[in-house]
Amino acid sequence: MRRVYCDANATTPLLPEVMEAMRPYWMEDFGNASSIHLQGQKARSAVDNARDTLARFFNCRDAEVVFNSGGTEGDNTAIFGLLRPGDHFITTSIEHSAVLRAADRVAERGVEVTFVAPQKNGVIDPEEIKRAIRPATRLVSVMLANNETGVLQPAEEIGRIAADAGAFFHIDAVQGAGKVAFDVRRFGCHLCSISAHKMHGPKGVGAMYVRRGTPLEPLIVGGSHERRQRAGTENVPGIVGISKAVELAMESLNNGAMERIERLRDRLEAGILAIPGTRVNGAGAPRVANTTNIHFDQVEGEALVIALDLKGVAVSGGSACHSGSTEPSHVLMAMGLERNAARASLRFSLLKTATNEDVDYVLRVVPEAVEHLRALAPEVAGTLG
Amino acid sequence: MKQNTTIAVAMSGGVDSSAAAAILAREGDGSVDSRPSVVGLTLQLWDQTRLAGKHGIPDTPKAGRCCSLDDVYDARRVAEQLEIPYYVVNQEERFERDVVRPFVDEYLAGRTPIPCSLCNNHIKFDQLLKTARSIGADRIATGHYAVNEYDSARGRWILKRPADQAKDQTYFLFGLTQEQLARTLFPLGHMTKPEVRGAARRHGLALAEKPDSQEICFVPGGDYKQFITAYLEEQGDASLETSGELVAANGEVIGQHTGIHNFTVGQRKGLGVASAAPLYVLNIDPASHRVTVGADAELATPTVRARQLNWVSIAELTGPKRVRVKIRHRHEPAWATLEPAGTDEVLATFDEPQRAVTPGQAAVFYDGDEVVGGGWIV
Repeated sequence: MRRVYCDANATTPLLPEVMEAMRPYWMEDFGNASSIHLQGQKARSAVDNARDTLARFFNCRDAEVVFNSGGTEGDNTAIFGLLRPGDHFITTSIEHSAVLRAADRVAERGVEVTFVAPQKNGVIDPEEIKRAIRPATRLVSVMLANNETGVLQPAEEIGRIAADAGAFFHIDAVQGAGKVAFDVRRFGCHLCSISAHKMHGPKGVGAMYVRRGTPLEPLIVGGSHERRQRAGTENVPGIVGISKAVELAMESLNNGAMERIERLRDRLEAGILAIPGTRVNGAGAPRVANTTNIHFDQVEGEALVIALDLKGVAVSGGSACHSGSTEPSHVLMAMGLERNAARASLRFSLLKTATNEDVDYVLRVVPEAVEHLRALAPEVAGTLG
Repeated sequence: MKQNTTIAVAMSGGVDSSAAAAILAREGDGSVDSRPSVVGLTLQLWDQTRLAGKHGIPDTPKAGRCCSLDDVYDARRVAEQLEIPYYVVNQEERFERDVVRPFVDEYLAGRTPIPCSLCNNHIKFDQLLKTARSIGADRIATGHYAVNEYDSARGRWILKRPADQAKDQTYFLFGLTQEQLARTLFPLGHMTKPEVRGAARRHGLALAEKPDSQEICFVPGGDYKQFITAYLEEQGDASLETSGELVAANGEVIGQHTGIHNFTVGQRKGLGVASAAPLYVLNIDPASHRVTVGADAELATPTVRARQLNWVSIAELTGPKRVRVKIRHRHEPAWATLEPAGTDEVLATFDEPQRAVTPGQAAVFYDGDEVVGGGWIV
């Protein structure tokens, strides 16, 4: 059976170039980047080169790049590393749980937290951030693109508001990085977290932009790696992998690849919207090119995900990090969807390597599956309130 | 009926359902022409951490409970080993609405509920079957010990007691409709428990020696009274007052009790009164909260009435019928004459009076090994 993977926002496969770039660093050039000898120097050189690439990607200095284990660590570091009891923290109700659960924890420890809700289209209104600002506001953290809807947030405007208030600004750019033009200076942020595996790099490695002078306390202490910002022996193959991944991402932002994905996504979306009783969550808002989140009236989303998987189409009902949880998507609920409507929504997120044939196949399978579900048990859909 | 060849197996992470999955995936469903494709489904029904820390409930849930992460892990490992697709289906809201809340309400109304039957009727053979059909499977299989066969002479699906009479679960399955039975397989019906463990071993399942669970899956430690108190506390109903008088059969008040949900007809322990002869709960009156106690002999009852009937081997009961009646899970079915008694109600008159007929339990009627039907004792 043909398999079409439409869950790029959960994770992506390595591109062959990434695999090749990483290959020498497992067995031949295996050194510890902190060692004095030749093996160590080879590893150090690889890490330095990667840092240089990441600095170009972020548009920052080399010294402002910190490698870590991924998006969750970056988000946690920003929140735990800056906030102390008595501080005020502003974030949004549509963040990834790496931000939300960290916010809960600092709240338990005496930090005041404000969760700003999005508008119905999924966009955070910068004016709402402005209204939430207090004298004690120390940190504002907002995602660049939402993982479930793909909706882009007005990072620059929020950056200006944070700057005016003298607050630090962190961007969770895990889903936006590699999909939209990227520049931490334009965003006006002090901190920015990205993850390799969302852009065809390896799992377990990420990077963070830390603006010079930001008093960020490290989350992990030990050796003096990463200029004492992040202890632990450098994951050299992973760092080489994220470097290659962002290099390729920068290329695809300039060579028309994103426009191609956007056309495929639009065709996919239009095809699915031809099914009666469907609508796009986040319609009308600026979105990343590869994502669409669609509500299917009178369908149990969980059953549709399974049915599509058994027909060879991999999609998700929301964030993969929430699977198994009872609650419908907190993002869609924050956008004003009822519990049942949130449950009846699916995310399609295309890989950079998606093809016309992939979309053709999805558009053959999805309408059949939806029709089958609706015909079978109209009474089961949406029966719970 | 045309059957497609995808079967969804309900996998709990226990030996029985794992063996059922292994048998279907590796040996087929007995049809000669083709091997079915098998999909594993685990129902997520109850969050075992939900009441943690509440009234008498430990902060960390016991391992090995239904829907615990351990059991989902075990089920997933079996599916991985069998190389079948596997999914966890969340039915927590429906489970609470259709099983947990009624379970609590029944106790508060002085009856003794059977949550497993409610779960079978409302979740396993209803929602799970719907989910199975939604994903393209036309039949489900479970690890229940029961036999389900089509009798063309009568044109009905017949539910029968299994080969292993000690594991017989037909008492909990009396509510299955013909439509549900037509889409249900019980691969273990003709096997004994040792044979099932043998099959699990033969298929190399690591959990072949996992102990059986006996408790109600959502009640940690098996203490249902503690569960009810903790659940009511969580729901903000903690003040719900069902305490009252403990009276003798002659009406004399001999003590006080803290709530009718702590009692079951036939119960001897925990009455809180001293007496020369052993005392048993004879009756629980939900209106007055009065619990009547008396001697063992007074528990004997000549008849039982049942409502909310479901007929399995017959289309309906039109006149008196000789059957054996089972009035609780561990009860040896007793001969009785069954007759209609108004709309959706039957009366069974036992040949010999039976001990502790308990409202809220099921009365299931047998003709030999066949389940005739059943209903809820009133």
